[in-house]
Amino acid sequence: MAVIPNKHPMPAQDPVVRAKNFNEVALGYDEETVVAEASRCLQCKKAPCRQGCPVEVDIPAFIKLASERDFAGAIKKLKEKNALPAVCGRVCPQENQCEKYCTVGKKNEPVGIGRIERFCADWELANGVLPQQVAEPTSKKVAIVGSGPSGLTCAADLAKLGHKVTIFEALHVAGGVLMYGIPEFRLPKAVVQAEVQNLKNLGVDIQVNAVVGKFATVDQLMEEGGFDAAFIGTGAGLPYFMNIPGENACGVYSANEFLTRTNLMKAYKFPDADTPIRVGKKVAVLGGGNVAMDAARTALRLGAEESWIVYRRSKTELPARHEEAEHAEEEGVKFAFLTSPTRIIYDDNYWVTGMECLRYELGEPDASGRRSPVPIEGSEFVIDVDTVVVAIGQGPNPLVPRTTKGLECNKKGNIIANLETGATSKPGVYAGGDVVTGAATVILAMGAGRTAAKSIHAYLSGK
Amino acid sequence: MYKILKKEVLAPTISLFDIEAPMVARSARAGQFVILRTIDEGERIPLTIADFDREKGTITCVFQEVGKTTKELAKFDVGDSLKDFVGPLGEPSHIENFGRVVVVGGGVGVAPIHPIARALKEAGNEVIGIIGARTGELLFWEDKLRSACTELRVTTDDGSYVRQGFVTDVLKEVIEEKGDIALCVAIGPLPMMRAVCNLTKEYNLKTIVSLNSIMVDGTGMCGCCRVTVGGQTKFACVDGPEFDGHQVDFAEMARRSVIYKEQEQIAMEHHQCTCGCGGGK
Repeated sequence: MAVIPNKHPMPAQDPVVRAKNFNEVALGYDEETVVAEASRCLQCKKAPCRQGCPVEVDIPAFIKLASERDFAGAIKKLKEKNALPAVCGRVCPQENQCEKYCTVGKKNEPVGIGRIERFCADWELANGVLPQQVAEPTSKKVAIVGSGPSGLTCAADLAKLGHKVTIFEALHVAGGVLMYGIPEFRLPKAVVQAEVQNLKNLGVDIQVNAVVGKFATVDQLMEEGGFDAAFIGTGAGLPYFMNIPGENACGVYSANEFLTRTNLMKAYKFPDADTPIRVGKKVAVLGGGNVAMDAARTALRLGAEESWIVYRRSKTELPARHEEAEHAEEEGVKFAFLTSPTRIIYDDNYWVTGMECLRYELGEPDASGRRSPVPIEGSEFVIDVDTVVVAIGQGPNPLVPRTTKGLECNKKGNIIANLETGATSKPGVYAGGDVVTGAATVILAMGAGRTAAKSIHAYLSGK
Repeated sequence: MYKILKKEVLAPTISLFDIEAPMVARSARAGQFVILRTIDEGERIPLTIADFDREKGTITCVFQEVGKTTKELAKFDVGDSLKDFVGPLGEPSHIENFGRVVVVGGGVGVAPIHPIARALKEAGNEVIGIIGARTGELLFWEDKLRSACTELRVTTDDGSYVRQGFVTDVLKEVIEEKGDIALCVAIGPLPMMRAVCNLTKEYNLKTIVSLNSIMVDGTGMCGCCRVTVGGQTKFACVDGPEFDGHQVDFAEMARRSVIYKEQEQIAMEHHQCTCGCGGGK
């Protein structure tokens, strides 16, 4: 039987309609489509797709079950390895992971692994969650600091192995960047909370409003709190700014603030939700990553008339997922490539009125392999904007590294951890995710959580 | 969790709560703050810690009704629970034996200055306290401050209680009278802290202020509370809330503190109409 050359398209909300609402953009496959898509899988014996999955999902096995309409079996298979399938099915960059290695993808479009995963996870959420097996209690206690993707994965794995796991989360709700960062229209918060509930069902205790480094240090948790090991997954929660004049003017947001107000605090419901946000008529988002796309798309939904991505390289170098940039463009986000601001202009009341920029051209490739942008002298020009969102990246939040004795960090403040084991310089303390690697993806953080869970289990078993 | 164990109305629009929060109380220190939410979908507001009791596991907060959330908070009663309560946040006050120090509390700032005065006195300092309010009925905790300080002076803007004058007037008198003072700590409304700093600059008297910037997470994640100190951008939530007042860009701080003035008005109007008629919408 000949393979259908293309992925079944993902049904999506109309761009004009969705640019004005916060409902999910991608609507998900129906049962017939998921079975048809799953049937495109060749069930290769070598399963090259698996090498692209940081959490080692048995991809052909779950797809086979899905193609046979055994969705209960498929989700069970997925959850053997992936604690957050409804999240991964939505936000993993599959084109750089599993689907990159898909055999079908060599000549045609790869199998839509992520889309099938999402369907199976949503099927379970709609049809009732199946109980998962948990090993006999071991009497060992593990503290997980941060409830983002790495912490949740590490917690799930350790809980399944019978350890008593407590997650400490600084904010008032668990999920980390899945709650405060990624917008509702890409990852509905109810989906995240359903996955968090699954963890609670495994016996994981989640303490919100608990800022480790403040109410207690990691050392105190281990010495006084009776924890036998700890995992630090505190993410990349420190916004970088451009360090240009005018950056503290009213109307300049970090992407973290802009997205946290909107996603975590639900400012898009203001005044029904109490937290305000101010989005002007014309918004400039600085940066070209996924966070920048999220911010630019959010600005449109909050009522901005124009939303611009201002990026100093060209379209080819955009670090954002192709799909995200494409969605942004469809919705009406405009792009100013080879442009970077030199200062932010404000009025007598300190409100942003414009931004002076320089035009750039591409020079020689830099350390990252991308052609580096070179400013064109004398090319200054001013664009009228009343809101600026700085989305040029985030560093590691220093609260935990600063307060943990003997925890080695690099110059940027990232915790130094062995990528093979998650072990840090401090015995019994492991780390993973963005706090180690710098801002990366949900699935890489999950992979790090998985790796650390294995090491912690081995450490506790030997204790 | 976060149950209100005691409520006291200290003055019109100013209330005190003792809140059950043992995890916060166990490590709270003078100068730090908490963030709370009253309801689901409520906003996160920072309040400086006015006192703490490690044994009872309580944190004392004093607040003035200024916006929707604080007005809502004032309606809470003993036995009610807050939705969320997190802390202690920010860096604690730097306490050591400086010698002779002055602490200045204006308005609701009298509350957070109290544990700092107490800690400074316990560290061996001679603590001269100055507290003031717009008018006599808004003044509170005179007794508590009197016992936390070595000496206390009280003033009111309108002269309705003790004497007439701003806290800066009293501070000037104290400086002139006492001569060598090692440190001044001032907490109160922004214009008051700014005025104190303008005065102490003339005397080259190092002055610490506690900034109550607009915040969201309070853990250094959003950068909303950024303030320029000595030409550098700092986050009030993790680098502060206390800073060298002579280095703080108060003009910038004042402008940033009213970013959401318009939205606050909308929230208040929306809030006042809770009868279900939808009139506030």
